[in-house]
Amino acid sequence: MRRGFLFLMTGFALTIANLALAQEQSITVPKSIEAGSAFSVQCAGSGEGTLYIVGPGQVLRRQVQRGATATFPAGSLTHAGRYLAILSPSQSPPDAGSNPVSSFDVVPAAQPAKMSFLARPSRLPVDIHNAITGAVYLFDAYQNLILTPLPVSFELTNPSGAVQKRSVVTRDGAAWTAMDSSAHEGTDRFIATTGEVSSTRAVVQVTGDACNLRMNVAPADGKLLVQTDPVRDCSGNAVPDGTIVTFTEAIHDEKTTVDVPLKRGIAKVEMPAVRDATLTVASGVSLGNQVRWEK
Amino acid sequence: MSRHLMIHCIAFGLSACLAAAQPALRVEPAQPQGSQALAEQTRSGVISDYLSAWQSMGSALEQNRPELLDRDFVGSAKDELSSTIAQQASLGMRSRYRDDAHDIRFVFYSPDGLSIELTDDAEYEFQVYARDKLQAAQRMHARYVVILTPGAARWSVRVLQASPQE
Repeated sequence: MRRGFLFLMTGFALTIANLALAQEQSITVPKSIEAGSAFSVQCAGSGEGTLYIVGPGQVLRRQVQRGATATFPAGSLTHAGRYLAILSPSQSPPDAGSNPVSSFDVVPAAQPAKMSFLARPSRLPVDIHNAITGAVYLFDAYQNLILTPLPVSFELTNPSGAVQKRSVVTRDGAAWTAMDSSAHEGTDRFIATTGEVSSTRAVVQVTGDACNLRMNVAPADGKLLVQTDPVRDCSGNAVPDGTIVTFTEAIHDEKTTVDVPLKRGIAKVEMPAVRDATLTVASGVSLGNQVRWEK
Repeated sequence: MSRHLMIHCIAFGLSACLAAAQPALRVEPAQPQGSQALAEQTRSGVISDYLSAWQSMGSALEQNRPELLDRDFVGSAKDELSSTIAQQASLGMRSRYRDDAHDIRFVFYSPDGLSIELTDDAEYEFQVYARDKLQAAQRMHARYVVILTPGAARWSVRVLQASPQE
C-alpha cells in the first residue's frame, strides 16, 4: 500500500517536473504575422539556444538568449504560408520530442501592390457578345496572393469614348469579367483597377465577315463586268482591302471561279458573257446575291 | 506452389506499401467560378500534376536540390522554393514534407483556360533537420491556395501558399 502510494507520488512529481520544464522551455510566437512586418518571439528558460523559423517559403536561424525576446525587423519574413518556430538548445543533443515548437501563419499584406491581368483575346471581330474576358489575380508587394475580398473595376473603352464598366469582388484572390466587343473597329483600352494599382491591355477589334454581299452585272465589250457594292460587315464597317471575294459563273454543268481581292472596298472582274449563265458571289462564309444572264 | 505464393505475397506487400505511400485524396465535385466548365480530363490532369508537385517539393526540400522543382513549378512558387532550398543549404538544414491527405476544391478556372486555382486542405508531416539531427517533427494541417498554369505537357504550380484555416 505504502509502496504504491510512493510510486504514485513519484510519477506525479515527474509529471509536474516535465510540465515545468516544458513551461520553462516554451516559445511564444504570434499566431499570425503580416508579410514583411516586424515581429518578436519570446523564448522562455535560461541559457543559449538556436531559434529556427522554417516554412516552404523561407528559413531563418537566430542564436538567442533564453528568457529574452528575439526581435525580427521588418522584411524578415515576406513569404506567406505556415511556419514552424523551433527552439533548440545549444549544448545538449537535440531530441525531436523535447524541442519547443510553435506553428504560426504569415499572411499577405492587406494592400495590393501588383496585379496579374489576363485579357483575351487581343484581337477579335466587332460586335460579339461577352467575347472579351479579363481575369485578375491580386498580389502584395512580396508576390503573395491576397485572399481577402477586394473590389476590382474593369473598364473597356473604345476609340469613340464609349465605356463598358464592371465591378467585381475578388474571391480567393481572383476576379473575372466578360465584355462585348464594340460595334466599330479600332483598338480598345481594357483597364483593371484596384486601389492604387491598375493594369491596361489593348484589344484590337477588326471588321467581321462581309455581310449583305451584293454584286451588279453589266455588259462590256462582249463580256460581263461583274462588280460588288462596297463590301461591309454587319455593323457597317468596311471590310479591309485584300479580303478575297469569289465570283462563280455556272454555264450548264461547267463552272468558272475567280478569286479577286478587294480594292478600295470593292471587287470586280470580267467574265464571259454566255446566255443563261448563273453568276454568284461569296466572301468567306458570306454568300451574296445570284444573277442569271439571259441576254 | 510455395514459390508462387511467396511472389504473390511480395507483390501484395509492395502494392500495400505503395498504396500506403499515396496520400488520401478527396475532390469536391463542384464547378469552379469562371465562364467555362472544367472538363473531367482537365480536372484529373490538374490533380495528378498537383499531387506530383508535392512529391517534387518534398524531394527537393529534403535533398536540397532545386533542380527537382523544374518539372512541376514555375514563376514565384519555383523562385520561393528555390530560395528556401538555398537558405537551408547555407544553414546546414533540410526539411521533410510527407503529405498524408488532400481535400481539393477547384475555385477558379480563368475564361481563357490559362490558369486554374484550387484550394487544398492538406494534412502533412513536417520534419526539420539541422546538421542531420532532427529538430522537430510536427503534424500540420493547412489550407493551401494553389494556382496552376498549363505548360507544354502538364500543369505547373505557379502559386502555392498556405493560409490560415477558415
